[in-house]
Amino acid sequence: MPFEYLESVADAFLRGTGETPEEAFAEAARAMTNLMVDVDTLLLREEVPLSGEAETLDLLLVEWLSAILAAKDLERIYLSAFEIEVSEAASGTVKVAGTGWGERLDVSRHDPRLEVKGVSLSGLKVVEEDGRWIAQCVVDI
Amino acid sequence: MAEAFKLEQVASSEWLLPRQGEMRVPGRIFADATTIDQLRADVGQEKEWNALRQLRDVACLPGIVSAALALPDIHPGYGFPIGGVGAFDLEEGVAVVGGVGFDINCGVRLLATPLDREAIEKDLPALADGLYESVPAGLGSEGKLRLSVSEIDELLVQGARYVVERGYGTEEDLERIEEGGTIQGADPRTVSKLAKQRQFGQVGTLGSGNHYLEVQVVDKVLDSEAAPVYGLSEGQVVVSIHTGSRALGHQIGQDYLKTMEGASRRYAIPVRERELVCAPIRSPEGKAYLSAVACGSNCAFANRQAVAHLVRGTLVRLFGLRPEDVRTVYDIGHNNAKVERHTVDGETRDLLVHRKGSTRAFGPGREESPEPYRAVGHPTLVGGTMGTVSYVLRGTSLGMERAFASGIHGAGRALSRKKAADKFWGEEVRKDLAERGIVLRAHSLRGVAEEAPGAYKDVERVVQAVADAGINRPVARLRPLAVVKG
Repeated sequence: MPFEYLESVADAFLRGTGETPEEAFAEAARAMTNLMVDVDTLLLREEVPLSGEAETLDLLLVEWLSAILAAKDLERIYLSAFEIEVSEAASGTVKVAGTGWGERLDVSRHDPRLEVKGVSLSGLKVVEEDGRWIAQCVVDI
Repeated sequence: MAEAFKLEQVASSEWLLPRQGEMRVPGRIFADATTIDQLRADVGQEKEWNALRQLRDVACLPGIVSAALALPDIHPGYGFPIGGVGAFDLEEGVAVVGGVGFDINCGVRLLATPLDREAIEKDLPALADGLYESVPAGLGSEGKLRLSVSEIDELLVQGARYVVERGYGTEEDLERIEEGGTIQGADPRTVSKLAKQRQFGQVGTLGSGNHYLEVQVVDKVLDSEAAPVYGLSEGQVVVSIHTGSRALGHQIGQDYLKTMEGASRRYAIPVRERELVCAPIRSPEGKAYLSAVACGSNCAFANRQAVAHLVRGTLVRLFGLRPEDVRTVYDIGHNNAKVERHTVDGETRDLLVHRKGSTRAFGPGREESPEPYRAVGHPTLVGGTMGTVSYVLRGTSLGMERAFASGIHGAGRALSRKKAADKFWGEEVRKDLAERGIVLRAHSLRGVAEEAPGAYKDVERVVQAVADAGINRPVARLRPLAVVKG
């Protein structure tokens, strides 16, 4: 299962998994978009450059998901597909950079759900377990 | 692990978590036995998120004064419990992001009308439609006010006054908002450009999630002294608006989560949970955060003012009222951190009071309350859950002594959104409400399922607990007639 929602009393606890950190990050982003619209109904019409930098890989997940929330308000675009690279930056930090694809909200096609307000440090974890990368955290609704 | 959380009952609705280990102060919980049993069960089951542990962790923070407090709508938040209150010494204390949350100054505005239930009964569907159409709500919605970054800067300083001066409401509205609708000390330079850009078009929108508009009837007056002062009487139609600071507040929360994460490490603050990131109040980071919170609060006041204006316009249009017939009773937030004067052990002190999912509740005699309300204390507004009741309460002298003048904010969640969505179906919830005569208009049926009344605690029990503890006093009970959900 590339993304799933875990049980918690908190608002929404999402987890993306994949072969690489990039895949796990992309799936976590799809999980977040899917809280707002049906992610599978989005056509890849628009392209948005995305980037983020943080001191650790788990904090980079927070930066990454925040960048996707910002695109929702700034560009009005909901993203469902990603081509990204996670790498170490020269200063010893980690960074993510790449492109997201999606489209503007169409209430008649996208099954609008609830707005995600923010990405918390709650349940935050980016790790490799048994050869699979996991990227998870609680987002506020 | 469970033995670390032995609670002592000190009164019928008050419990003490005695100071131990790294706790600098005890925890004090105002709640009914059912809530306490639930908190204990969560500890016993070693749940990853439990509110009692969060309360203990808040009690360990530097500079906390008197006690870490919890009210009966307590449930786990981000490091800091929701329904939690923490007051901090200005020199020794810290500013905590989780003590405010992402939706800064989210709160409730109550509007009173001269209409009674019979007068609107047959027009209720039209009223619900009118509100649904006139107030932008739901995912991606935008308002008519499109503000540039420099205009946003003005709004962040002026709060509700900014929109009133542009025709969205009256001076009288401002007088009935907490802090007059403008919190001082808001420097827009402490808010990122991204936060301001995200807010473009979002002033005057309701949002989604637990945000709502409700047309309600005053079902029962419970305090014959205060209700007339607030202008409330049985059978009267009122409207509640629950919304917050929209994308701007959310981005401030996000930005300062990062700032405080670094600050916690830089200042070597012993934080038990990573989520409880904070900075000394007097540090540059702490000062910047509190200024940003003031900006976010002003944005929320402006937003509720703009929404209230749209609601007023709809009532005027449909029922032939004059604009001044639709009065603001009060507007109060429940996610905030403010410097306030309190008496602690006989000493008057200025403290930074965080209220996460809790309102301020000043009892009689405080000059911060609007003049007409000063003798009885200002109203506090407690949100219901679509199918259940809401309440107007007021603060008490005892609440000022024992609870830093704090009040409950709602029922508090009992089921997670995931569990609620698995258990309830939006269409069924709509049908259930219709059978009880409640009209629902919603932008998302999935949202309706997550917000089903059954996903929340019993608000009556929560109100009873604070009334029994004597820290808040019920003034009026409001029953929903029509609900608009984002």
